[in-house]
Amino acid sequence: MHTLDTPPIRIAIAGLGKMGLSHQAIVNAHPDLELVAVCDPATWLLDIIGRYTKVATYSDYARMLERERLDAVLVATPSRLHARMVRAALEHGLDVFCEKPFCLDVEEGARLVALAAERGAVTQVGYHNRFLGTFEEVRRLLDVDAIGRVHHARVDCYGPVVLRPKGATWRSSRNEGGGCLYDYACHGIDLLSFTVGAPSGVSGSILSSVFSASADDEVYANLSYADGKTAQLSANWSDDSHRKMSTTLVLWGTNGKIEASRQELHIHLRTPVAARPDLAAGWNVRYTTDLTTPVWFYLRGEEYSAQIDYFAESIRQRRVDSHCSLAAGLATDLVADMIRRDAAGAAGAGAGAGSATDLVTASGVPGRWGRLRDAVLSSPETIMKALKGSP
Amino acid sequence: MDRILFGDNQFFGINHMSDEHARAQSMQFQSNGAVMAMLDGVLEEGIEVLMCTTHERVAAICETIRAQPARYRRLKIYPCMPYAHKYANAVSELGIIETVRKFLPDESPLAAAVKSGIAVARRDVDALIRRLIDAEMKMFVAIPTPVIFLQNVVTDLALGLGFHEALRTFHDHVRERYGAEPGFITMNLPRLLEALDAVGIDNPIVCANVNKIGFRMCGGLPAYEEAVASRKFRAVAMSVFASGAIPAAEAIEYVCAQPRIESIVFGASSLAKVRHTKYLIDHYTALGRGEPCSVRVE
Repeated sequence: MHTLDTPPIRIAIAGLGKMGLSHQAIVNAHPDLELVAVCDPATWLLDIIGRYTKVATYSDYARMLERERLDAVLVATPSRLHARMVRAALEHGLDVFCEKPFCLDVEEGARLVALAAERGAVTQVGYHNRFLGTFEEVRRLLDVDAIGRVHHARVDCYGPVVLRPKGATWRSSRNEGGGCLYDYACHGIDLLSFTVGAPSGVSGSILSSVFSASADDEVYANLSYADGKTAQLSANWSDDSHRKMSTTLVLWGTNGKIEASRQELHIHLRTPVAARPDLAAGWNVRYTTDLTTPVWFYLRGEEYSAQIDYFAESIRQRRVDSHCSLAAGLATDLVADMIRRDAAGAAGAGAGAGSATDLVTASGVPGRWGRLRDAVLSSPETIMKALKGSP
Repeated sequence: MDRILFGDNQFFGINHMSDEHARAQSMQFQSNGAVMAMLDGVLEEGIEVLMCTTHERVAAICETIRAQPARYRRLKIYPCMPYAHKYANAVSELGIIETVRKFLPDESPLAAAVKSGIAVARRDVDALIRRLIDAEMKMFVAIPTPVIFLQNVVTDLALGLGFHEALRTFHDHVRERYGAEPGFITMNLPRLLEALDAVGIDNPIVCANVNKIGFRMCGGLPAYEEAVASRKFRAVAMSVFASGAIPAAEAIEYVCAQPRIESIVFGASSLAKVRHTKYLIDHYTALGRGEPCSVRVE
């Protein structure tokens, strides 16, 4: 709660789509945040927002940054716009919350991570699964090696988004960051990063369309890790056997197995673990009702409120290296990029169509791109070095 | 309001604790026949209100009810609108502008504003809200709907945004057009009561989670207990079992010990569970009122 000594954090929101409006309600209800302005190109929507709520409205993002005295910006625009909006915010000295995926162009993403580090900005990418009680508990279990050394992981993301060959928004266009890869699959990749770390290699990737004309509807990939661990990712947003997005993470370790979804956690232990006397050998079941921490305001799930609360707390503490910073978002973007390249290579269609392609040397050796990828997996400083390094 | 309301989550595979239960229930109630058979049994148990979302399958259930007026003469429905996924999916697929166009006739002023960028007037937004309510209510024609609820995702969105006048418009339209009592479902009870007060809604019907573990009771358990005990509103308790996390008798005892809670809504996928829950509610309600109880709860 803000006091006279700690004034509220002044924040603006860019993009009033589904996520933006939901963020607006949550931010507006947060005791430490003061929603100062919103920005969207739809003037009729701004009319309504301006008329019924007390917030200032803008159709021009640059103008909003110029005119308002802000501490932070929340970017919830279509993915292709993230990079330049995040850059403008960082250049204005603001802290930034960016919806996922962070940045479609990984090289620009790396520059932004470096810029944020240089400016000492607090940043966050909207991977809300990191704030779900069940997945947070998985992290805690891994921190005490409850299932021993993890040797394999599997993440499945299924749900009903594209169910017919139609679609008029940016979500159905790969060039704008649409497609299952930059949506469902990125949630899966991020969940792996959050729990077992970012992979160092990708193979056997498949990106295919079920209904979409210009984007992928399903994504499958094998991921490998420097320590010999492996993982599989499976995402399909044309599956309406699920009422809404369903994400399941399974981890196999030398002392057992964990199956986690939004609602439940099943833990199978070979032998009990001293650090967790609450868990018995064999199956243990935990439910979201036991694992969920209350939030100050609930709209669509505790995790959406919890991530905003975490952002506010990060700003208060100047926590520039949070677990879900732009650097973590970039790590996920890089894996998505690796999958895209791998799938394109396997399909014999060249090395992908994105702007990151030029980072691959002519010989096909990952070269600078490979160094960049390795750097992203370590620290912003090494990213800067990799960017400055010889081609 | 009736003391006991039957909820519909089980019919549509919604379970806040377990995906597996949700799937089993969605298989069990895949056919409308299975839903109607369950409803018939619930009516026989003496529960006469179905509290349900405006899910498209409810339209088919309403058809069946209308076709047999004698059989369902005691049944009332408390609709909960909107079924938000319908709009959310449209926004994902079409974008907000096309969604507004899809759900609004061309001649409406808001549709014109969306197309041409002219200013949106206050009355246009009011008219839009009223039109959306009418669209959701179509499926219930000729069925008694004495209470009409606004779903929590919309109530709480308006609450969070500070768009409290939308709640007032919903209230007014439900009363004026349908002669029904408006109700509000929320996950943020204390905050909502303040907002409803501020727009002059007196003694509102509000449905919120009430369970002894404080699950999804934003503002905290003490604030909820305080609100129920002292604020002027008609409380409907939902999620009383916290999706199964609390043993049934303990859960109902807690709710019934708060005498100002007017109604309890619960769902179940077996008649045995319905019977048991009704029995517990009757028992603890009588206990709370200091009436003699002929039954003993194990």
